[in-house]
Amino acid sequence: MNIRDDIDKPIFVQIAEGIEEAILSKTFAEESQIPSITEFSVMYKINPATALKGINILVDNGIIYKKRGIGMFVCQGAVHKLKEKRKNQFFDNFISNMVSEAKKIGITKEDIINMIKKEYDNGKN
Amino acid sequence: MGKIELRGISKTFKNTVALKDVNLTFEENKIYGLLGRNGAGKSTMINIITNCCFADVGKVLIDGETAVENDNALSKVYCMSEKKLYPYYMKIKDIFKWSKNFYKDFDMEYALNLSKDFELNINKKVIEVSTGQSSLYKLIIALSVNTPYLIFDEPVLGLDANNRDLFYKKLLEKYIKKPCTMIISTHLIEEVSNIVEDIIIIKDGIIIENKSTEELLNSGYTATGSYEKIDKFANGKNIIGEDKIGSMKSVYILGKPEKVPDGIEITKLDLQKLFIKLTNS
Repeated sequence: MNIRDDIDKPIFVQIAEGIEEAILSKTFAEESQIPSITEFSVMYKINPATALKGINILVDNGIIYKKRGIGMFVCQGAVHKLKEKRKNQFFDNFISNMVSEAKKIGITKEDIINMIKKEYDNGKN
Repeated sequence: MGKIELRGISKTFKNTVALKDVNLTFEENKIYGLLGRNGAGKSTMINIITNCCFADVGKVLIDGETAVENDNALSKVYCMSEKKLYPYYMKIKDIFKWSKNFYKDFDMEYALNLSKDFELNINKKVIEVSTGQSSLYKLIIALSVNTPYLIFDEPVLGLDANNRDLFYKKLLEKYIKKPCTMIISTHLIEEVSNIVEDIIIIKDGIIIENKSTEELLNSGYTATGSYEKIDKFANGKNIIGEDKIGSMKSVYILGKPEKVPDGIEITKLDLQKLFIKLTNS
């Protein structure tokens, strides 16, 4: 997880997305405790209000829950929820960008489809 | 609720106007960034808050009490600056003890732990330490005094990258554990932009911005593209500056971007650039 100043995304969004990424990769497993606001704030040298704002997005979306006096935990079912959200965003984030880039530099529809087939079957994922 | 208020402060040195009718409130438990070019009036403002110099007009209120010659009000404020306040023969550990006499909530154990974290030899005398180490022991005192108000005037002067990094982390740690109002006056804008909640920009003795960091960064945007397209796009908009490179042009515009034509890229303002544009005379 990295906080960058050179991109357009606000810091609190970067914090939220960084945690989402860690949950998807199972770095933070469901029902496990995540670092505290203090730890996020100190680690990334950001105002604690910013860290809180980022984490609250996840609380509102049912990804993280707070246990009073103990800390913050990943919700049961968070991975599934995040995958569904990512699937919904897949078209906007990847497909439409890819197609517009392909058109710009002159890659045909058939070429793209072939590339996808090749990567999907041979790719390390 | 605790706060420091500046009401109609003006100060002139001979022919130089240092501050002109400054009205500001520093609220409880917030971190402020105080930015301004050399000679803009930052230090004069800090000196007036800490009663190191007197305003010609106006007053400073600390929790509602006047700051002028008022020990009770002033004991709530600790100011760290490059000023040399201690005798040259004094050892750092003795300065810590001294601080404990003046500030009843000074946490000696915390100061000693911080000294270890920063690898500062507290048996050294004031005269024996480098510029960076001099900043360090003062920062350690500031982080240990536990006053409701902390002012940092150029806190990282002479500190190497490692110690700056550690300082910002320790500052946040302290702030979260024992919240207080912090005012950080600095020229290293990018280093504090994610740490401070509000930003105050002072120019020629006048406060020209006083907003939350987020609000300030959202107050405008950068548009980049070819000369022709950019000139057409920017026409009639509130432009605060521009940069050119080859046949490409970037303009910095206040307001929100609407209907962006093809071939123009919109990016956010960065704080340092915004500061430079706003404070250029």
